Amino acid sequence: MRVMAAGLLALALAGAAWAGSRAPVLDAPRGEKCVEDAATMRRSHMDFLRHQRDETVHRGIRGARHSLAGCVECHANAKDGAVLGSPSHFCQGCHAYAAVKLDCFECHASRTRAAQAGRQARSP
Amino acid sequence: MNPIDTSRRAFLGRTAAFAGVALAPGVLLYEFAAAREAGQEASAAVRWGMLVDTTRCASGCTACVDACNAEHGVPKASRPTDAQWIRKVELKDLRTGAVRSAPVMCQHCAEPPCVDVCPTGASFKRADGIVLVDRHTCIGCRYCMMACPYKARSFVHEPTTGQKTDTPRGKGCVESCNLCAHRVDRGEKPACVDACSAAGHRAIVFGDLNDPSSEIALRVRSVATSQLRADLRTDNGVRYQGL
Amino acid sequence: MAARPALAHSAPAWPTGPAPRGFTALAAAGAVVLALAVGAAHYMEERGHVVTGMGNEVVWGLPHVFAIFLIVAASGALNVASVGSVFGVAAYKRRAALSALLALALLVGGLLVLVLDLGRPERLVVAATHYNFRSIFAWNMILYNGFLAIVAGYVWVNLERRFASLATPVGILAFVWRIVLTTGTGSIFGFLVARQGYASGLVAPLFLAMSLAWGLAVFLLVQGALARWHGAPVPEAFRLRLRRLLGVFVATVAYLTAVLHLTNLYWAKQAAFERFILVDGTPYAFLFWAGWAGLGTAVPLVLVFHPRLRGPRATAMAALAVIAGAFAQLYVFIIGGQAFPLEIFPGYAASSDFRDGAIAPMSRAFRKRFWAWGD
Repeated sequence: MRVMAAGLLALALAGAAWAGSRAPVLDAPRGEKCVEDAATMRRSHMDFLRHQRDETVHRGIRGARHSLAGCVECHANAKDGAVLGSPSHFCQGCHAYAAVKLDCFECHASRTRAAQAGRQARSP
Repeated sequence: MNPIDTSRRAFLGRTAAFAGVALAPGVLLYEFAAAREAGQEASAAVRWGMLVDTTRCASGCTACVDACNAEHGVPKASRPTDAQWIRKVELKDLRTGAVRSAPVMCQHCAEPPCVDVCPTGASFKRADGIVLVDRHTCIGCRYCMMACPYKARSFVHEPTTGQKTDTPRGKGCVESCNLCAHRVDRGEKPACVDACSAAGHRAIVFGDLNDPSSEIALRVRSVATSQLRADLRTDNGVRYQGL
Repeated sequence: MAARPALAHSAPAWPTGPAPRGFTALAAAGAVVLALAVGAAHYMEERGHVVTGMGNEVVWGLPHVFAIFLIVAASGALNVASVGSVFGVAAYKRRAALSALLALALLVGGLLVLVLDLGRPERLVVAATHYNFRSIFAWNMILYNGFLAIVAGYVWVNLERRFASLATPVGILAFVWRIVLTTGTGSIFGFLVARQGYASGLVAPLFLAMSLAWGLAVFLLVQGALARWHGAPVPEAFRLRLRRLLGVFVATVAYLTAVLHLTNLYWAKQAAFERFILVDGTPYAFLFWAGWAGLGTAVPLVLVFHPRLRGPRATAMAALAVIAGAFAQLYVFIIGGQAFPLEIFPGYAASSDFRDGAIAPMSRAFRKRFWAWGD
């Protein structure tokens, strides 16, 4: 049992070291600071979003602290206004690194409002 | 569902309602309500509705449809598999030959059959009467489309691109007119209503049916209006004048 | 498990022994169909429902014709077990396990088709955790799962001699459950107040009658095939009883279908719809008369009740005709019922670029058939 735990620990450490060397370089966010501190966001952003989605969709509560649209507005790439598209784009980059499926943007806009408007102007 | 402090809400609504202001010469806009404050939920004291005046709706005009498509990032429909949130229907009275034109969209029923049949509760009615699909829990069974008397709902048959921030939409879920809930929550009118006014027809009136002093309530009280398929007693939020 | 008593003296319905020749071929054919089905389901999953031929008017298409046939037949396949356990007829009791296994297989097949047809099949867990109890669909999920559990239990108590005394009560529970189940399946349509083809209290009893007929037809075919395969024919007296039962069920379906359409014909508001289904609609009127009334009703009735046609071949033909007629009837009911335009503006002729007032198109995509086969 102890041998197994030690083995697992070794594996985990090796994994962490390997991962550390490849931590993604992500687009810098706009704005001063996030709605929560970085550690909390890394750990719990999905819970915040999940909670907020029910509040907004079912009860119609707007302007709340945690909103996916808010994430996109701050964390989008400065050039194309998107959070997806390359390993340095904020959402895609980190989710690829963490190997977690990201399906928000199958339905939700992955670009800022400004980027959508620009696109709209080009192709009506 | 949720206990709501309606008295305060109603007071806020009344003070905001009927700040009827003349914005430009000849154009009178009724401001029905201010934007709901951040953190406030939709109120059951409000019943959003629309009145379509078929005598003003112009045959062949698609301003409302185009505005809806642009607002929600829905491509113009051409195939039976394309989503359509609002459509223009041309009507001919079979006895008199009288011709009418009217937009048809989700009728935002008080007793919506789509909400009844939805197995997961993804199809639901918000407190203020707006019927919506929660696409986080929609499994795409399409039973609501079978149940809807108005053909108001569409299934997304293909992967989507170019979504708008306020209108998430994706393959495998059912969608329909959401009465521009995001605009209404900001204190604006639905896109189709503004577009109809901008086109000079003013055939769609939007407002709170529960507020006796709102334009829509006044109109519904003073002229004969009808609900589509009134025989089903679904008590639609969308009413038609001149049918 | 090791202490299971021998079944030898319980007079099995068919000989036991090594798998007969052809078993590998049959299994291979099944695997091919399954592979096609998986491929088709994957194809649709990638591209979306746009490849299926279904659209925003005909929202339930061929997959649902197959799925509902399987689900309805599943409940009927339990007939033999019911007669055995509820009414205590020995000849039926011996075949109760076969009957119940068939019911399980048909239901699982039908549910698989339904699940694969969902826009978001990966959200099955959502369907299992979010229930809207006003939805007959949600009730049906409970009924289907309950049926699987009860019938599995029934198979067990039938094969396990220690539980022999439980066979009757569990059989009665299964019998009651499947009546409720098929009532629920029929009510999926019967409760659709908006559509002219469906909103009727007669739909549930009609589905019940259809389940009795179709399930028995499937059972007769499977039993006949097993018997031929093993070279041990089904006892004639037993086969003739089932055959006559099939005739009674087919006649019941015909009666209820006739009443449904006759009551509709009486109501002026339903006249246009009935004209569409019975006279004008292509291919619906043809399928109704030639497919359901002719092949699915008249032919089996002749095959079953004609005094000269007593052989197993005629029985098998009758069962096949009932099944063919079932597909025709479901096609007319499900797809025809949706193809007829919703009457949103009574008294007006409506037209729009969303095909208001027009017969809905149903494109002939064949791919969907592949995954309907995957039962």
